[in-house]
Amino acid sequence: MSGKKVIFDTALRASVNLQSSKLPSELTKSSTALFSALSGVKATLPDLPYDYNALEPAISAQIMELHHTKHHQTYITNLNAAMEKMDSAMINGDVSAVIALQGALKFNGGGHINHTLFWENLSPNSDYNEGGTLDKALKERFGSKDGFISELTATSLAIQGSGWGWLVYNPKTKMVDIAACPNQDPVEATTGLKPLLGIDMWEHAFYLDYKNVKPDYVKAIWDVINWDTVEARLEAAK
Amino acid sequence: MKLAIASLFIGLASAWSPANDASSSRREAISKTLAAGAALAYPLVSNAYSVPDLPYPYEALEPYIDTPTMKIHHDKHHATYVANINKAMEGKEEVPILDLMENALDAGPVRNNGGGHYNHAFFWSEMAPPDVAKKTKPSDALAKMIDASFGSMDEMKSQFEAAAAPGAVFGSGWVWVVLNNAGTKLEIVGTPNQDNPLMKGVKDEIKFPILGLDVWEHAYYLKYQNRRPEYVSNWWNVVNWDKVSENFAYVSEKKSGVPVEG
Repeated sequence: MSGKKVIFDTALRASVNLQSSKLPSELTKSSTALFSALSGVKATLPDLPYDYNALEPAISAQIMELHHTKHHQTYITNLNAAMEKMDSAMINGDVSAVIALQGALKFNGGGHINHTLFWENLSPNSDYNEGGTLDKALKERFGSKDGFISELTATSLAIQGSGWGWLVYNPKTKMVDIAACPNQDPVEATTGLKPLLGIDMWEHAFYLDYKNVKPDYVKAIWDVINWDTVEARLEAAK
Repeated sequence: MKLAIASLFIGLASAWSPANDASSSRREAISKTLAAGAALAYPLVSNAYSVPDLPYPYEALEPYIDTPTMKIHHDKHHATYVANINKAMEGKEEVPILDLMENALDAGPVRNNGGGHYNHAFFWSEMAPPDVAKKTKPSDALAKMIDASFGSMDEMKSQFEAAAAPGAVFGSGWVWVVLNNAGTKLEIVGTPNQDNPLMKGVKDEIKFPILGLDVWEHAYYLKYQNRRPEYVSNWWNVVNWDKVSENFAYVSEKKSGVPVEG
């Protein structure tokens, strides 16, 4: 760390064209703070909380393995690459490069966030807590759990192209609601709504099992929802 | 249409059955038959777009595009776009699907389903079985324009593959080689979902596709799963450069999109 700091301070001195080896103390303090923020924290692929075959027959082991080890991993790999480039761009004060990276960060960062949330809101055990916080919130907004299921199903199926259907918490209305986001757009960062339950509607999420018959996929996924996680997220969001 | 013709034959034949000996009832039987036949031939949905037949069997693009994908892609995905555009255009003036493209952004269903129908009809027509495709090549005019626009065919393919890479057309979409609006050069553009460059507002100006590749996951997932770059680099083996050259000649002359069947 100290070696890097020497290089960094040298670069700083060069950039502000100081002849002296002594930087103003405020500047050295802030450069250390800046550098430690860019210490290269890398995203890693989280383990699934269940075996690849645990969600069958709703989602096959083949899809789970591909989805986790290939698709999610690729978002992580590309996110880390984009973050490294972002670090350099920030250190160099290259505003143009920072802006140019936004698309890659949203796509790959969103992909990482969304899939991490997704694995957690699926489970072979889909026990539902009648009368709990989540149940009350769903009834308040949708009339019933089935009413909610119906609406999120319809929203998810209506997505054109690639995207995600979400149950969200709206901190402004203090109610749950439904949202759809395109591509890998992360819910909270792009809408301010807090994600509670996500359904991946990208074709890779279901194609090997269901081909073009999206409705069968969405119908089946309700058998493997981890309602406890959804409820915990709601409680945390409130 | 076949059903209409069959019912015409049966109906007309039955008009001459013994039960219809009296000429007035035969006239009635015939006119009823004609009415029924007409109704079958011209369904109440006025636009009646249809999925064009593939110009080759489902297995013809193997091993580069697999048979199950061709079947599902053509018979299910394309058919769904056609069913939906027909629903959206019910009761409206009948126009070729190409004519719906310019203002497609005005209406969501036309953008998604009209675009989907046009794009897929365009796609089937520009491909050919590998042994046929490898005998095709760009016309002199097209080759010259490729060199002028990209430097070389290899350079064009390289740029096309980069544009088709996962993340480049984020999510679902298409990659196109297009003639720019002024007709002066070829460009490579990506469009999301079922948009295409003929739609006003999708790009800075309307551009005319001569070649396009579907990079929606349904186009390759059964065989390639996440390996989209492999799908794209293999796809060149089934491109019919004679048809692409025809497309180029057409758009250069008419400054309009290539018409498609269906």
